[in-house]
Amino acid sequence: MSGATSVPVVPAAQAGPAAAAAVAKGGGGRTDSFGKRVVIHAVLILASLIAAFPVFRVLSVSLRPEDRLLEREFKLFPEGATLDSFVHVLTDTDFPQWLFNSLIITVGTSIVGLLFAATSAYAFSRYKFPGRGVGLTALLATQLIPATMLLVPLFILSIQLDLKDSYRGLVIAYSVTSVPFSIWILKGYYDTVPIELEEAARIDGASQLEAFWRILLPLSTPALAIVFLFNFLAAWNEFVLARVLIGSSTELFTWPLGVLRFQAQFQTQWGDLAAASILISIPVVALFLYSSKWLISGVTLGGVKG
Amino acid sequence: MNVDQTIGALVEVLTTLAVVAVAVAVLEGFLYVVLVRWLKARLAVPFMLIAPAFVGLIGLIFYPLLWELNVSFTNMSLRNLRDPGFLGLTQDMFVGVDNYVRVFTAPVLQQATFFQVMWQTVLWTVLNVTFHVLGGLGLALLLHRQMRGKGIYRALIVLPWATPQIVALAVWRTELHSEFGMVNQLLAGIGVEGPGWLIDPFWNFFAMVMVNVWLGIPFMMVILLGGLQSIPSDLYEAAEIDGASSRQSFRHITLPLLAPVLTPAIILGVVWTFNNFNVPFVINQNELETSDTLVTGLFRAAFQYNRYGFAGAYAFVIFAILLLFVIFYVRRSGALKGATE
Repeated sequence: MSGATSVPVVPAAQAGPAAAAAVAKGGGGRTDSFGKRVVIHAVLILASLIAAFPVFRVLSVSLRPEDRLLEREFKLFPEGATLDSFVHVLTDTDFPQWLFNSLIITVGTSIVGLLFAATSAYAFSRYKFPGRGVGLTALLATQLIPATMLLVPLFILSIQLDLKDSYRGLVIAYSVTSVPFSIWILKGYYDTVPIELEEAARIDGASQLEAFWRILLPLSTPALAIVFLFNFLAAWNEFVLARVLIGSSTELFTWPLGVLRFQAQFQTQWGDLAAASILISIPVVALFLYSSKWLISGVTLGGVKG
Repeated sequence: MNVDQTIGALVEVLTTLAVVAVAVAVLEGFLYVVLVRWLKARLAVPFMLIAPAFVGLIGLIFYPLLWELNVSFTNMSLRNLRDPGFLGLTQDMFVGVDNYVRVFTAPVLQQATFFQVMWQTVLWTVLNVTFHVLGGLGLALLLHRQMRGKGIYRALIVLPWATPQIVALAVWRTELHSEFGMVNQLLAGIGVEGPGWLIDPFWNFFAMVMVNVWLGIPFMMVILLGGLQSIPSDLYEAAEIDGASSRQSFRHITLPLLAPVLTPAIILGVVWTFNNFNVPFVINQNELETSDTLVTGLFRAAFQYNRYGFAGAYAFVIFAILLLFVIFYVRRSGALKGATE
């Protein structure tokens, strides 16, 4: 399935200590003139405004009282600012239910996906076995498949197997979706951990699997955290498969389906949409900004061949 | 929140996970007996390690693909919804390569032909990836220096990437409303009458590209910033001593050393943009056929016109195009060389 929400394997960029040193010295090692600095700041301020303006606008709409929802004026804190929209969306709509549905599905499937990937990646990193190269290439090739392409077969098969309009199909699908990408990231990371550490443990009498469990996995915590985060974000944001599998039963909705339902009825629900958007985005954005440093280094580490 | 629903949801998720766990245990037990006890295979361990993931992938991806390939040779549709069996031969549903021929000769949607949608998709991909790379590279170069407020700029500029995509798209769709949306209100502020973004075919496509450029630049910027930081600064110092201008250092140091990052990023960008479903689907809300790319058109062919056999053929044609592009590009650029070693 296409990794629309996942992040890619990009070889060779290193955001390690060497990179930090390069930054500290400044990009080209030149000192910019005053005029140039003004221009650079102006461009960056403009870019920041374009990137962030819709976000602030939604924040502002979410604070508007009901009778001013469609007002044309833009103020970050509108007149008569109120949290009514938040209260409404949390108490009078199915939004909390959707959020809860998304949360349990996402947490459950991310853990399963991580377990699948962690063990498979170990086999690819530490063993030479027939079919290894083919397997790795096949994993990469799955990333080419448009998600839409699998929808018809999954739709019909889920009807035949009685997996439609329940979480069964969705949970199984989400557990596997991010596995190919995760295997690549983890295999890349395992490759950088010296095998001597495991060999030493084996000499001390540990079995191969104990060496994996006790030595390699703890050493790979950063990569495991990143992969968990990717799995989490992929399942959390997934939309089209959920629409096909559970789109006809409102009470089963995950939040993307619910939010688009708010969107569909513009006039009445702009406040709901804005408040829901803020509530969903704040934890995700915070998590993203907090972990972005590792995200980048993890992505790039994953691509470096060992 | 309804208590029954909440508990029901929790139970359903947990039982499904339990079933998955039991299935894995059975699979491992089976493999253990076969590989270790019977065959005494030396390499039993790696196969046992990859088995759960690969069985899952076979079930979720490979089997459905085979099923779809099979169906693409039949006339299965909502009106003719029977299990076709092998190529529909026994059910009298076999139509040979008719569906594949029809992809290229008949309209794939109600009005659009395959080549129109294809052209639209190429345009969509080229415009987006070009702006992503140029915008991302430009911003990365600006940010790659010691400066005040760097962290704040970075945090603000990555916001579109950090925001959950469906949220961003639902909001954009609302903001593109011709009367109440932010876009037209801003345009009115500078005395321009905004177009009907959601109803006019040209402006709808324009809006799709605009929103996707907004969404995609931060990712490219972050990746390229990582690439820039891996270029040793002494190279620039040496170039400066030798009297190279900034433009010369950019052409002869930055670009070549950025290539190992840029090339795979472009391949991925093309594949993702080409396959991007959410942006065209949500911005257009599946309304204007003229805004369809190949993948949203595929969704329409499958779930609005319900011609499953035809949709299968259409899907494999799309996949073939993508595969050819990637093989061509990977061969030419040598990217990913040795990655499977």
